[in-house]
Amino acid sequence: MNFQSPNLPLIAPSHDYTGEYRSDHLVVAEMVERGSRVLDVGCGEGDLLRLLEQRGVDGRGIELSREGVNRCVAKGLAVIQGDADTDLDSYPNDSFDYVILSQTLQATRQPRLVLENMLRIGNRAIVSFPNFGYWKMRMQLLVKGQMPRTENLPATWYDTPNIHFCTIKDFVQLCDEINVKMERAVALNSHARPLRLNAPWWFWNMFGEQGVFLMSRV
Amino acid sequence: MNKVHSVKSHIPHIEERAREADHPTSLIAHFGADKPLRLDCGVELTPFQIAYQTYGSLNQDRSNAILLCHALTGDQHVANIHPVTGKNGWWETLVGPGKAVDTNRYFVICSNVVGGCLGSTGPASINPRTGKVWGLDFPVITIPDMVRAQAMLIDHLGIETLFAVVGGSMGGMQVLQWTAAYPDRVFSALPIACATRHSAQNIAFHEVGRQAVMADPDWRGGRYVEEGTDPHRGLGVARMAAHITYLSDAALHRKFGRRMQDRELPTFSFDADFQVESYLRYQGSSFVERFDANSYLYLTRAMDYFDIAADHNGVLAEAFRETITRFCVVSFTSDWLFPTSESRDVVHALNAGGARVSFTEIETDRGHDAFLLDVPEFIDMVRAFLESAGDARGLTAGR
Repeated sequence: MNFQSPNLPLIAPSHDYTGEYRSDHLVVAEMVERGSRVLDVGCGEGDLLRLLEQRGVDGRGIELSREGVNRCVAKGLAVIQGDADTDLDSYPNDSFDYVILSQTLQATRQPRLVLENMLRIGNRAIVSFPNFGYWKMRMQLLVKGQMPRTENLPATWYDTPNIHFCTIKDFVQLCDEINVKMERAVALNSHARPLRLNAPWWFWNMFGEQGVFLMSRV
Repeated sequence: MNKVHSVKSHIPHIEERAREADHPTSLIAHFGADKPLRLDCGVELTPFQIAYQTYGSLNQDRSNAILLCHALTGDQHVANIHPVTGKNGWWETLVGPGKAVDTNRYFVICSNVVGGCLGSTGPASINPRTGKVWGLDFPVITIPDMVRAQAMLIDHLGIETLFAVVGGSMGGMQVLQWTAAYPDRVFSALPIACATRHSAQNIAFHEVGRQAVMADPDWRGGRYVEEGTDPHRGLGVARMAAHITYLSDAALHRKFGRRMQDRELPTFSFDADFQVESYLRYQGSSFVERFDANSYLYLTRAMDYFDIAADHNGVLAEAFRETITRFCVVSFTSDWLFPTSESRDVVHALNAGGARVSFTEIETDRGHDAFLLDVPEFIDMVRAFLESAGDARGLTAGR
């Protein structure tokens, strides 16, 4: 895929903001068909999974922290304590319709392998991640000469779990390399609202604070 | 009975122990000739009895029953004073009104396993054909046999589907066996610190224990009751060795270190100079008061034989195919008897079958025994899982 000329079907902005759910979760949830089977990798306290289950999705989760798993289990969700880098290997091929990685890609040791595994386990993958090409990031590096920190990514460079930051452009390039079909894409602004649909990629890469991608195998 | 007197001075409670084997201070379900227990070894055990305790009350829909499965040396006295030792129940940290296994909400059942020595038929019971204690004439039993007997008890109680089956260690093996053998009778399952098969290392430890029992001259080829002896030394050593495997290096160090027992300096003898020695000796001697040596042989053997995959063409996932049971698998970081990797194997097999499974590894240095102890993170997980499963089953909240 050529980064300069995206001809992707773009997702319509969601108007379903009740305040109960994170808006990036709503964007992800709208990409998932009802009645499907979903694995949410790095599911945190299960907010997205619960949203999906309310929409008739059969959901499963993987979460690194025991506290997160406990909160999920208390909500009646089926969540395994584990880690995207090591535990996806054990899932059989095609066991889910969708595998979701929400705001976790940048914290994995081997993002490429994780992505490949996701598309082995699931027919489709949905990935959302913070865009390191976001203008505020660029400004901090350019003007202050320091590793960027934002409201959503407040950790310092030495204690951040985020070891593999990338830009929207980088991610699209990786998808090209591993032969992934991009089905839908959306960039979200700092309020996690979708940017206007007809914007060019460079605009997304500059003004999207995060990217959300729906992909499938070629 | 005079002969028993000869060992009575060594072993307090031996008379109570003998009494409990046949006439337990528990509820008893009798199964006559019309309901034999078909054992894996090919024998039909009949008649037989299952001793059990219950806590809480069964609701009108009969939908709130939890079966607790006890571990190797446990019994049915989960949350009441033990009739032989006078001590508290073994899972009072978890079971009771308002506790994680809330007896205000659930009807809790725990039965002594077949082959045990606290009132369910086993090697310490009287063989009705001979009028003597079964001893080694008792047929070898397996984990599936134990579960088959439990299923007969659940039938006897008029319960179609269990709300949950819960257990740790050998109890966890029974939980897994329940879900493999009776998938539509188990709404939710909580296998703790267990595995789908006994590892070579664990079989090895069990063999050490059995050899210790059989090397005791008072064992008398298993006929110690008739001969008025009791292999308490052998069984005590077996328990001491096993007890080490239930703990961890870190826990032993924290609890005892190299501290001396009631003395400042070594005695240059083989007395229990170290606290850890004294502790182990106590564990050994208190265990023999309440446990029958032959029963120990049979139950360790049952665990050794356990291998769910072997019963399903060597494919573990086959055992749980299309299961609708909700699972919560729990392991402990410092458990080297049933390490987390074995629980993960269970989880992977369940995942392969698309099961609704949760899994957590609780961080603790207390070893395998952590499931019996007051480990808040573990107790929270049990509570969270049962509460949400109870909501899904439509059970009314506890008072």
